[in-house]
Amino acid sequence: MTENLHLLLPEFLLASLAITVLAIDLFLPEERKNLLAWVSVAGLAGLLALALVLLWDKDILLYGGLVKADAYSLLFKTIFFVLGGVVILGSADYVKKYLRSPGEFYAIVLFAVLAMSVMASAVELLTAYIALELMSFSFYTLVAYGRNNPKSNEAGVKYILIGAFSSAILLYGISLLYGAVGVTRYAEIETAIAAAMVDTGSVTPTLWIGLALILVGLGFKIAAVPFHMWAPDTYEGAPLPVTAFLSAGSKVAAFALILRLFGQAFLPSIEQWQILVAVLAAITMTVGNVVAIAQHNFKRLLAYSSIGHVGFMLLGIAALSSFGAEALMLYMVGYAITTMAVFVGLIAFFNMTGREEISDLGGLADSHPFIAASIAIGLFSLSGLPFFAGFTIKFYLFTAVATEGLLWLAGLAMFNSLISLYYYLTVVRQMYIEPAPVWAQESALAHNPGSEQGNPGNGSPSILITGVLGVLVLGVIFVGVYPFPLLQAIKAASSALLPAG
Amino acid sequence: MDDFKSIAPFLTILLPAGAGILLVFFPRSQTTPIKVFATLAAALTLALTIVIFSLYDYKEGGYQLTNSYRWLEEPLNINFSFGIDGISAPMVLLTGIVMFAGVLMSWNVERRTKDFFVLFMFMVAGVFGVFVVRDLFFLFFFYELAVLPMFPLIGVWGSSTDFGTFLRTKEYGAMKLTLYLVAGSVLVWIAIIALYVAASDFVAGGGVGEATFSLEALGVLSDNGAFSENFQRLFFPFFMVGFGILAGMWPFHTWSPDGHVAAPTAVSMVHAGVLMKLGAYGIIRVGMTLLPQGAEDWMPVLIALGTVNILYGAVSAMSQRDLKYVIGYSSISHMGLVLIGIATLHPLGVGGAVLQMFSHGIMTALFFATVGIIYEKTHTRDITVLGGLAKRMGITVSFFAVAGMASLGLPGLSGFVAEILIFIGVFKEYLPLGVLAVVGAAITAVYILRLLARAFFGPLDPKWEHLSDGRPIELGAASMLVFVLVFVGIWPLPLMNVINAGVSDLLARFPGA
Repeated sequence: MTENLHLLLPEFLLASLAITVLAIDLFLPEERKNLLAWVSVAGLAGLLALALVLLWDKDILLYGGLVKADAYSLLFKTIFFVLGGVVILGSADYVKKYLRSPGEFYAIVLFAVLAMSVMASAVELLTAYIALELMSFSFYTLVAYGRNNPKSNEAGVKYILIGAFSSAILLYGISLLYGAVGVTRYAEIETAIAAAMVDTGSVTPTLWIGLALILVGLGFKIAAVPFHMWAPDTYEGAPLPVTAFLSAGSKVAAFALILRLFGQAFLPSIEQWQILVAVLAAITMTVGNVVAIAQHNFKRLLAYSSIGHVGFMLLGIAALSSFGAEALMLYMVGYAITTMAVFVGLIAFFNMTGREEISDLGGLADSHPFIAASIAIGLFSLSGLPFFAGFTIKFYLFTAVATEGLLWLAGLAMFNSLISLYYYLTVVRQMYIEPAPVWAQESALAHNPGSEQGNPGNGSPSILITGVLGVLVLGVIFVGVYPFPLLQAIKAASSALLPAG
Repeated sequence: MDDFKSIAPFLTILLPAGAGILLVFFPRSQTTPIKVFATLAAALTLALTIVIFSLYDYKEGGYQLTNSYRWLEEPLNINFSFGIDGISAPMVLLTGIVMFAGVLMSWNVERRTKDFFVLFMFMVAGVFGVFVVRDLFFLFFFYELAVLPMFPLIGVWGSSTDFGTFLRTKEYGAMKLTLYLVAGSVLVWIAIIALYVAASDFVAGGGVGEATFSLEALGVLSDNGAFSENFQRLFFPFFMVGFGILAGMWPFHTWSPDGHVAAPTAVSMVHAGVLMKLGAYGIIRVGMTLLPQGAEDWMPVLIALGTVNILYGAVSAMSQRDLKYVIGYSSISHMGLVLIGIATLHPLGVGGAVLQMFSHGIMTALFFATVGIIYEKTHTRDITVLGGLAKRMGITVSFFAVAGMASLGLPGLSGFVAEILIFIGVFKEYLPLGVLAVVGAAITAVYILRLLARAFFGPLDPKWEHLSDGRPIELGAASMLVFVLVFVGIWPLPLMNVINAGVSDLLARFPGA
């Protein structure tokens, strides 16, 4: 066992990287703190290369069966390291302009990435729980990072309270489950549940309640309806890059955990919880998408839209099979890239203007065509239109769901995509059709007397954020038109997850 | 040559899409190079479609110029495969003609010229995609890709209509059109996935065939009985209504007049001329090919709805004051002819319907082109305000009159051939409805002639004294369309040969008919 410890090197080094960033922070003068972003990203890139070399084609249980190094862990490690890098690069300008203590900010983001990668590799309930808590704590801090912004503080407090509450429920569910089966390792739980199913054709009530409570606890973490109340306020109050990380990273990480947990531990009793998850998915996507229509703050709109997407991703859990798992993983990747594209576009806009209402986006297509096009592409992708990732991932996922006999659910999901198209189009309309808002016209006149067309804000986005945005948009298109290479990696991960299927 | 043959249909997607991508890198302030480049790309595409049409050998029939690439492996088995058959060949040609005319008509676009042509090219690429692919996934992919650019195209470059008591804004038209069409595509999507699931269940249960999205493989499965009668009955309406929304089928047609009126000229031309045909094409290509039993059971409903379309569209067109609304409703009426033609399941009726799709596409494009010229000069489309325009804009008005004559079915123009075939088909199968359909066609004559008399002939209103005819490039585009209308009207044989090849392949799937 000890001889394999080096396989956890990426995690150990990531923790040291975070501490190194904190240490460097002490010696850097204020105006050169942006260097920390580059140190973090370079570190993540190096660790990603190391992880790929070290963990390629491995399938080994580590630490006496607490974590597993397999294709599934590696896939998600890659996703989270890349995502962490994108978040850090995308937030560099924002942090410099709006936030204090950049050193701690980047270090906490790195800790969150560490937690996420453990969440995907954990194959034991308490390890998974601790990883989840590490991620949650990182996000509690990050959400409240706008220290002088009352909204950010409020968001942080709400998030901590609800988070602690949901952790308690989750832990209670875990203890009931442990009481029922006496083990916490996924593989052993699976054996115990399968044995119980063979004996009685069902699970004991204790086990069932434990399962349900775990689902509820995780439901809070992913903001599934009716456990979503914290999400819109938290999204709105948190600093923009944190909102981006929260909606892309934390969702994908939580689903990586859920997929492994349900796929490797709870699969034998799928008949017991399938309908539960299916109903949860149906409610989540419908409420998320319908309520999103009424939003006028872009972040709040994206919060509700991400609730809608959580509903879609729950479909993958309800239709858990090797096909369903593949589809869900593809969806997670496509969703993460697309969400980041929209958010980085919004960050670029916010950096110039300090505004985030949908009505503020008027005239953006005239003044900043690239940002407007990127946001529009991201939104079209989220609504599932082709040429972009959203179409391909939705087609794959909904087909998988229908193949498992849930055509009604797939149909409902498609109608939800239609609803989502409406509110995404209102944003596109604002950018492309409506004129610039009054404040923008005034500011444009102040800076450039005599100009006819008003420009939102003044100046242009930095090369850094434009570059990040460009890469993300290319990613959205790439997944949309040529998902083949990505699917190869996902198939490997899926066969590591569900060897029988 | 064989290399070219195997990728020619793919090139119809690649050329406009590639032109669109290249246009992104043009400087936005220089509008002339953008227009010249777009025109060249469109001319090349038109030439390509003519070559493809003439390469199609109708004696052989079936899919030709085919090729296929694996796009995704198990479990979805999606192939990027394409080819042309007797039904898609005329549609490809139609798209080439209308898009070229549309680009010529767009030389007057001065606002955000670059964005306009980029979106226009992507829309056209999507339309070509639907016509040339042989895989349901990609058919659906391109179907939605064609709809996607409509929203900004109408919203940014369109025009609002003031009705005095209320205002139909272009944003309203754009939003309504997009949501209606995507709603239709949701129905189609559900049915496509249901087809796939039924196919994979059938294969898993030991049936012969392969569970894919390939139209041919699914067709084989359909022949082998993978889709039970109840399944076909249940899911054919999804295709019929889903695609029918795009074809302007009553009562889901209301997006169409609002959308067409709000759209800029070139977009109206492509939309009414080609995109609505995608709907009828989808019903034929997907619904009828894969679910023939279901189609047979539902055809009486389709023919009834189509008849309502003809009458309702014609009566609505009569009561409009706005030129574009008249044409918008006449499109509804003419698409009804297409629907009843399809529903006859008779070789003449279906062949007539496909010819009507072609002919109506050219005719509507001509209508919208001439109205676009008139609107640009007069800044009004109100029939009661216009008057005697023929005296100042003789050529434009006479082109409009040609389109009008084709639409009311004057012999010698393409509309006549199509309508007579459809009517023969309908009379053979459903006599009473055929009579109603002829009544609808007669109403067309009433509103077209009334419109001509009121708006274009008669005494010249003094306030139009200063008008002059359209620019040469616009009149050139329109005269090309006139030429096609006349050519097909007096010598429909080349087109009909190809169409009949496709129709007989299709009807071979219907043992009863």
